[in-house]
Amino acid sequence: MMEIKVLGPGCANCNRLEQATREAVQKAGLEASIEKVSELQEIMGYGVMSTPALVVNGELRLAGRVPSVDDLVALLKRG
Amino acid sequence: MLEALGTVLSWLNENLLKMTWLNDLVGRLVQDVLGLSLTSRLGTSIQFFIYDSVKIFVLLSALIFAISYVQSYFPPERTKAILGRFNGVGGMVLGALLGTITPFCSCSSIPLFIGFTSAGLPLGVTFAFLISSPLVDLASVMLLASIFNWTTAIAYVVMGLLLAVLGGATISALKLERYVEPFVFGTHLADAELPELTRRDRISFAREQVADIVRRVWKYVLIGVGIGAVIHGWIPGEFISAVLGDQNPFAVIIATAIGVPMYADIFGTLPIAEALVGKGVGLGTVLAFMMAVTALSLPSLIMLKKVVKTPLLAAFFTIVVTGIIIIGYTFNAFGRLLV
Repeated sequence: MMEIKVLGPGCANCNRLEQATREAVQKAGLEASIEKVSELQEIMGYGVMSTPALVVNGELRLAGRVPSVDDLVALLKRG
Repeated sequence: MLEALGTVLSWLNENLLKMTWLNDLVGRLVQDVLGLSLTSRLGTSIQFFIYDSVKIFVLLSALIFAISYVQSYFPPERTKAILGRFNGVGGMVLGALLGTITPFCSCSSIPLFIGFTSAGLPLGVTFAFLISSPLVDLASVMLLASIFNWTTAIAYVVMGLLLAVLGGATISALKLERYVEPFVFGTHLADAELPELTRRDRISFAREQVADIVRRVWKYVLIGVGIGAVIHGWIPGEFISAVLGDQNPFAVIIATAIGVPMYADIFGTLPIAEALVGKGVGLGTVLAFMMAVTALSLPSLIMLKKVVKTPLLAAFFTIVVTGIIIIGYTFNAFGRLLV
């Protein structure tokens, strides 16, 4: 099962990324847990300054942008 | 040869940036379709509103796209790594310069501040970056060139960078480090490998930025253009020049005081600036207004309050306001040479 974390201190774009990620997971038919991380200490622990960011299975995959659902599907399918 | 190049450049400027043809086209529309005279108040206001909103949205989209593509090469994580190698004035100059090309939104200012500070960047460098970032960005420079001219745009950039460097230097000289919230130093920013971006990624990033920024600023632009149109057509020139004109020695201070509490994007302030200049307000007064609106805003001050204590925040505020006022008076004194 895929472990996805959406990093963001709670700005509008962070919520949009979370929404888009949920849609992408559903569209790709993946089994994944999606967790929202808004604790600054934890976000910085991933080396991220530009939020929102996406961490998949512990690996930083996206920072400072909100891609389209289709792009997210492609990103998630790459594993 | 040089002359030919100059002709080509000014043609491009007139048609692509200033879009004088659009103004004529809208003028004809207002006259022939709406049947309003262009010398009437309503006619000239409507012409200004339509022409300016179309122009700003077209330029904004094209510019943000191009600039975001460039910016995708300078994420803040990389900026931090570059800045970490410099100290003193060199670091502040570089901080101010990188502030102009690092993609930045006010919601990222907290992680950015913590990241820079906990990585050991001097406070002066971080503030040079934080001042220049909202103040001088490439898109606004192109729009300034479109509305005024290139000399004005370049002068604005130089002044903005100078304000950022001097502001950073002052904060550094005041040794205000103890007014940074202690948890900031305790936060560790991991050194992460940012995902490598392909060309396709950069293009979609640029497209996302256009959509995001248009969604965020369209209200401000329309409000700004609306206010500009009202100033353009309805408010008597004598009234404006009495308050903001050169004969009023407090004009720059008034313009700054009006601008500080306003929270808008630079794109929203441009049409107001344009209309004010049209009414004969000094360039320095107008630039002071624009800088005050963009450099300082309540939301960003509230954000910063989470990571710094009041004395540092007050120093930042005072330095920026004083700087803007000095820039305004300088431009009013020498601006005649530019326009």
